[in-house]
Amino acid sequence: MSDKEPLFSKKNLRLLTDPLNSKNPITVQVLGICSALAVTAQLKPAVVMSLAVIVVTAFSNLIISMLRNTIPNRIRIIVQLVVIAALVILVDQILKAYVYDVSKQLSVFVGLIITNCIIMGRLEAFALGNKPIPAFLDGIGNGAGYGLILVIVAFFRELLGSGTLWGYHVIPASWYIDNGGWYSNNGMMILPPMALVTVGVIIWVQRAKNRELIED
Amino acid sequence: MKAIRNLFDKAKPHFEKGGKFHMFKSVFGGFETFLFVPNHTNKNGTHIRDYVDLKRTMVIVVVSLIPALLFGMYNIGYQHNLAVGETADFWQTFFYGFIRVLPIVVVSYVTGLGIEFATAQMRGHEINEGFLVSGMLIPLVMPINTPLWMIAVATAFAVIFGKEVFGGTGMNILNPALTARAFLFFAYPSFMSGDSVWTRIGAGNHAVDGFSGATAMAQAAQGHPITYSVSDMFFGFIPGSIGETSTLAILIGAAILLWTGVGSWKIMLSAVLGGTVMGLLLNIFAVNAYMAVPFWEHFIMGGFAFGVVFMATDPVSAAQTPKGKWIYGFLIGFLAILIRVINPAYPEGVMLAILLMNVFAPLIDHYVVESNIKRRMKRATVKA
Repeated sequence: MSDKEPLFSKKNLRLLTDPLNSKNPITVQVLGICSALAVTAQLKPAVVMSLAVIVVTAFSNLIISMLRNTIPNRIRIIVQLVVIAALVILVDQILKAYVYDVSKQLSVFVGLIITNCIIMGRLEAFALGNKPIPAFLDGIGNGAGYGLILVIVAFFRELLGSGTLWGYHVIPASWYIDNGGWYSNNGMMILPPMALVTVGVIIWVQRAKNRELIED
Repeated sequence: MKAIRNLFDKAKPHFEKGGKFHMFKSVFGGFETFLFVPNHTNKNGTHIRDYVDLKRTMVIVVVSLIPALLFGMYNIGYQHNLAVGETADFWQTFFYGFIRVLPIVVVSYVTGLGIEFATAQMRGHEINEGFLVSGMLIPLVMPINTPLWMIAVATAFAVIFGKEVFGGTGMNILNPALTARAFLFFAYPSFMSGDSVWTRIGAGNHAVDGFSGATAMAQAAQGHPITYSVSDMFFGFIPGSIGETSTLAILIGAAILLWTGVGSWKIMLSAVLGGTVMGLLLNIFAVNAYMAVPFWEHFIMGGFAFGVVFMATDPVSAAQTPKGKWIYGFLIGFLAILIRVINPAYPEGVMLAILLMNVFAPLIDHYVVESNIKRRMKRATVKA
């Protein structure tokens, strides 16, 4: 390493921030939609899921990048899968040990991180051709880009669908019809179709602001 | 009339390019063509422009909805009287319903047209008239006790996500009024089903003993005998959504639609055929009371008549080809009765059947066109 680059050079920072907006894995690349719909009914599981995905993308990127010169090209997918699977099982065990309720709520979706296209996509597109540190940052960035959308979707779904945030009641109890008020929770926000609509709205807002993203 | 025309002519330059109100051009255009037959002519080529534009077509549909609306208002009062055990004369009864239905109509129009005007303005389009009908249909498919803010939310959802995101009037896949109803049905199920939502009792009143408010379909779904007489169900003296109860009023509307050629008789007829086939099938294999309900009774209870006449025939979301219309209508009737009788979670199948077939309509059209091309290709001979 003769040309030593500072850790947070401009290029490395872009690896972290681009996936949050103009290269967002969910709203721009439309990857990882399935889990984004499944775990966003409430904020808490969405945040835990985001953290899990950030950890897995970051460390699998790091490990694959370190191994990139030794992996035979013909079996690289299976090597990647071994690395991802090992990390996912690790994350799953940690979640089960420390946040059991959330882990139960997430059910199979933690295990299904293995099949999350974002992770494979980043390994193929970035980690195999870049040094470990940029690859690690790229992993964090893409995980965070995924997490950002999850948290936004979960915020609106939990607020409008259950009237709570992080499990706490936000909408005053006296507003509800049962208590003589006028308000009622929107049961449709709990259903997966509204997650799709919410993601659609985010894409809409994003493209209205950033016209370069509009494809023909 | 002349005075209004002059007023518009005088105001017009202000809304043209460079005028001070140019930004409100589409609002101005909307009002102008609403009041006067537009004088657009084609500049080149020989096209004939019918002066019956979209706006006039829409107005015919609104007119055909008026019998159902008026009867719905009367029926709200009538059901109220039944529930609290009062007697009132005709006008009192009608007025009771009138002042309770009117706010729903107003909320639906204000919300929908507001969004429609705003998006037209933002995109620089002309204002589309599609909402004239949807705004009237939405109140008619709602239970009377739906809170007004829910109607506003559902209308906004239907107009934005059912219509504007696809490109506005004429581009929507789903019928907007049904989208609004489906939204409420899934978002606030306790306000859209059950026995208590169909009858307005009013604060301070108590229902008389033995009053249940169950609709004919709820009774049938629970396996009870239907307590409403056939004539009550036909004329509409039963609980239900505001506009759907009276088959007679809907038939008057259907007659207007068919006479003016606005609604497709193919869809209406084939939907009734589809319902008949399914009804007979269920009768043959009946294992419970609901399946044994005579097939023709399905047409006069619930929203079957209303859906088939006013929703299924929506020219935008229905199939376009003549053969496609037969298939589309038939499947609507067929599925509506099937969902209604077999699926206990959805007491009314018409809404879901029509929405489902809305989604399939383009596919049906595609295959009808393809088969036509294939058939004609066989006849074609190529001379080398």
